[in-house]
Amino acid sequence: MDKFGLYTKKVIEHFKNPHNYGKMKNPDGIGKVGNIYCGDVMHLYIKIAKNKKNQEVIKDISFETFGCAAAISTSSVVTDLAKGKTIDSALKINNRDVVKKLGSLPSIKIHCSLLAVDALSEAVYDYLSKDKREIPKELLKRHERISKNRDEIEKRYAKWIK
Amino acid sequence: MKKIYLDYAATTPLDKRVLKAMTPFLTEKYGNTMSLHSFGQEAKIALEKSREAIAGLIGAKSNEIIFTGSATESNNLALKGVAFRNKDRGRNIIISSIEHPCIIEAADWLKKQGFRITKLKVDKFGLVNPSDVLKAIEKDTILVSIIHASNEIGTIEPVKEIGEICRKKGVYFHSDASQSFGKIPINVEEMKIDLLTASSHKIYGPKGAACLFVKEGVIIEPLLHGGGQETGLRSSTVNAAAVVGFAKAVELSKKDMKKEYERISRLKDKVVKEVLKIEEAHLSGHPVKRLPNITSFWFSFIEGESLVIQLDLEKIAASTGSACSSVKLEPSPVLLAIGLKPHQAHGSLRISFGRYTKDSDIDYLIKVLPEVVKKLRKISPFYYKNK
Repeated sequence: MDKFGLYTKKVIEHFKNPHNYGKMKNPDGIGKVGNIYCGDVMHLYIKIAKNKKNQEVIKDISFETFGCAAAISTSSVVTDLAKGKTIDSALKINNRDVVKKLGSLPSIKIHCSLLAVDALSEAVYDYLSKDKREIPKELLKRHERISKNRDEIEKRYAKWIK
Repeated sequence: MKKIYLDYAATTPLDKRVLKAMTPFLTEKYGNTMSLHSFGQEAKIALEKSREAIAGLIGAKSNEIIFTGSATESNNLALKGVAFRNKDRGRNIIISSIEHPCIIEAADWLKKQGFRITKLKVDKFGLVNPSDVLKAIEKDTILVSIIHASNEIGTIEPVKEIGEICRKKGVYFHSDASQSFGKIPINVEEMKIDLLTASSHKIYGPKGAACLFVKEGVIIEPLLHGGGQETGLRSSTVNAAAVVGFAKAVELSKKDMKKEYERISRLKDKVVKEVLKIEEAHLSGHPVKRLPNITSFWFSFIEGESLVIQLDLEKIAASTGSACSSVKLEPSPVLLAIGLKPHQAHGSLRISFGRYTKDSDIDYLIKVLPEVVKKLRKISPFYYKNK
């Protein structure tokens, strides 16, 4: 595998020139995941529109990330993967898809790919719940897991949060 | 373009003069220092000459120098060696909260063996207050171990004052001088140091060579038992080539110490002045009481690893903090100890330089760094200008 130090060339490509970064004005959904204590925070923004078949698709997507090269490159990849997809198929993207696009990630950085996928799910969750729509069971489960993790981390780092 | 190395605190290149001194001991003078024949004695003589040279740099006697394989080993030998030898006298060991991981981890391990560890706080510059040492010393305190100069932020501790307190209290005092040895003057007599760790590869010597100064009369337990080398305190066949290289590195550092200190200080002043011109850039460590070759900063809104990788892409090698902690995800305990919040500590960058750093290298860094910081801030959810 072609590598530049710790990372594959693919990771470095996305890190150097990330796709779809920047804050979005008036997004339909926002996913905020990660935490500053562990050193990775991702904000992912989506805009939803209908396609010709009257299905909802992710028309626009962007991210803002505080974190390492892996966090930035996985954010970039997940926005690439989700852009233009219907909500249903965007929710099928998993972290293995993200890692595959990057060639590989150091094992200590695999959590960044999970974080990127979580950010996307949370953005969709945010959109659906704002719209008072029914949340797919699987998505609800994910949202509960992410919220639980967040609470646990905040508890663990309580002494730092004040 | 040539790559620029600004991570001298992690390790340094071998000086060619050191290599030249070492080579015969890898090829024709390969004897075992314990052998009675001429091959062995040749190596033995070189070993003892090297010991003398190293002792001379810190005002020690040559029989007070124990060669080891790394500063980590020296630090482990100091803590565990004193602890196990003196466990009947007491079980308390005092360290600071900005020690190198090998002290922290060794202390944590000793805690599991029934010792009590007191970790002293430091101020916002990373300084240990000597009066805190005095207050912390209890009846059962057997050892105080305080780093001489921080590997992460460069702050130089008031080792002499702490040494005087320990001597008065009859407590052994160890100092990890891995970063300061060979760069600033050290005198174990004047500083009242009982044990001192020094390393070769931070001063253009080979890796795999270090030493522990153990003051005459201070008795410690060895970690390694065997053939009885190094007066029984470190059994292992002596790596004569590495030891000779270490001694040569010491000789070269000693010769140019003052001149090099001034040159490096000038480079540091330039780096600090220019880097602090970047918006929301902060210097870590003491403004004055610091090693000139280590500068440490943190940048709001961005994360250090991405900064290091981005600089690497621009052919500049720097570090987030300590090379030893770069595989851990948690923020540096040293930076948290000086009062930084986790998100601030995550934005750290250590730039350290040395013998082969030129003015033009610093100029290039100063040109590239602001652009790199700006680029990463553009992606950051916390940068206020993105809002």
